[in-house]
Amino acid sequence: MSENGSSLFRRATGQNDRKTVTFGDAAAVQSLPLWSALSLAALVLFWWAATRTWGFPAEFRAATKADFAANGERFTQAKMLVQCNGAPADVCDESMYTQWLSPRSFPSPPDTWSGFKMLWTDGYKGVTLLTHAGTSLWRVLRGMFWGCLIGIPVGMAMGLSSRLRGIFDTIVELFRPIPPLAILPLFIIWFGLGDPSSVKLLIFASVWIMIIAARAGVRTVNLSKVRAAYSLGASKWQVLRRVILPNALPELFTGIRVALGVSWGTLVAAELTGTGVGLGTMIFQAKNFFLLDVVVVGTATIAIIGVLMDMLMRIVEARLIPWRGKG
Amino acid sequence: MKDLKVAGIDMVYAVPKGSPVHALSDVSFDLEAGRLLTLLGPSGCGKTTLLNILAGFLAPTGGTVTLGDDLITGPGQERGMVFQQGALFEWLNVEQNVAFGPKMNGADKAETKEKVEDLLRTVGLQGFGDKRIYELSGGMQQRVALARCLANDPDVILMDEPLGALDALTREKMQGLILDLWKDTGKTIVLVTHSVEEALYLGDRLFVMAPRPGRIERDYELPFARTGLEVEPRALKASPEFIDKREEILSLIWEMEEEIMGHEG
Repeated sequence: MSENGSSLFRRATGQNDRKTVTFGDAAAVQSLPLWSALSLAALVLFWWAATRTWGFPAEFRAATKADFAANGERFTQAKMLVQCNGAPADVCDESMYTQWLSPRSFPSPPDTWSGFKMLWTDGYKGVTLLTHAGTSLWRVLRGMFWGCLIGIPVGMAMGLSSRLRGIFDTIVELFRPIPPLAILPLFIIWFGLGDPSSVKLLIFASVWIMIIAARAGVRTVNLSKVRAAYSLGASKWQVLRRVILPNALPELFTGIRVALGVSWGTLVAAELTGTGVGLGTMIFQAKNFFLLDVVVVGTATIAIIGVLMDMLMRIVEARLIPWRGKG
Repeated sequence: MKDLKVAGIDMVYAVPKGSPVHALSDVSFDLEAGRLLTLLGPSGCGKTTLLNILAGFLAPTGGTVTLGDDLITGPGQERGMVFQQGALFEWLNVEQNVAFGPKMNGADKAETKEKVEDLLRTVGLQGFGDKRIYELSGGMQQRVALARCLANDPDVILMDEPLGALDALTREKMQGLILDLWKDTGKTIVLVTHSVEEALYLGDRLFVMAPRPGRIERDYELPFARTGLEVEPRALKASPEFIDKREEILSLIWEMEEEIMGHEG
């Protein structure tokens, strides 16, 4: 076996082929796209295999398929099982097939796909998936907006003045550990169900994170930069606006990313209490009627939006603060 | 041009637990406009403290600093500062860094642009205006720092170990640049350094400072900075006069170091 061709890991590290110390060189470790694709494929394959029926008599399978084709209907695993349960015992019964996950606990890929199409065009309770997702996202953005608008000035003030730090420190440290969902009952009593309380809950979820990020960002400023600015004729306001604020941008950005993640998670949970429209509400109501395809599509939408938001933030970050981690 | 007058500066730092530290004791000197003063001494001699007082970043516990007729009470743009490193603004490009001072003063944009281009040419960075700070080497970053400081046309330039973080070769090149700038602009420069050779080569006047309490131990008038403008730097640094002075100052500093060790041992 040749030394170089022996593993995928070595080939992927390219210019590091001449390194003799590879195990422990943690900085050189990177996520290999090929392996990511493989693991994703394995996950889908497992899903397909676990929800599929195995061992159905071939004739029965062919007959049902032809039956559905004749009616102009899509052939799905779930429909085939219904067919089977209604068929005479000698044609088909439960002892003839195995299935690891029944449609009552998890929908198969084709069922999920048809569920998605249904949600996309007709929607759930007359509200399309896009509207549900958009409503949830809009709530998160409004919560983040107010969270930043309140949190960043307060955090910066705490970073700039010992007195203000003293005043706000106890409050921040006391409220920060409270899980947003624990305060939700109070918010519902005060503000009612739906938008008013859910957006205020999101402000509560993000504001502490933004305060801490802004406080940390202010602290990263090098005294030399501040002194240089004053020596160049800057006023206090100009030092704040032209030095301390841009210098804090990397930390603020980290804060926004963390707060977005937390807000998104909090929101969906908050919507479970019923807000009419929203991914969380959709999932929870569908659960009551055992519409598992709706539940799964809703959950997947949450995951995908989460990933997309993070990707977007990375792109914006690379544009806005290219100096991060350099020099 | 304005003379710098330092009269009876005392600087005592209160220490939370322990006796107060006497960083500077009765430091007095006059520096005529257009001189290049270098400050040299073992650590703890208060040379950076003195520079920070001149810049107005620290208020002395006693004594006064005046520039021309003006008493120094805080930072001001008639005294520019060049730091060792980390004082450039990473979020701005080279041009914007240099233009920072004029912009803070609300200067005319077109005029500033012209001035910035001029300054970049002076420090050898023409064509680098739109580069980001992190894209530059350490030496180039210090060139930007010099240009940024000059943009406000200060009377005095204060330099806190400006070449301390550079490699030996870059350092020599930058020493040449500082001498050229000094000659061309006629500015008063006060430069703190750890390197005896650098202090001798650049200093038209040199203070060797001593610690505990921080004070001026020797005040040298030096010929090298002025000749250094015409003579090849390596030849100057290898000349007998230069080497004699270097050894003299080195042994002076060594004596101080030994005294400090005696105190601590």
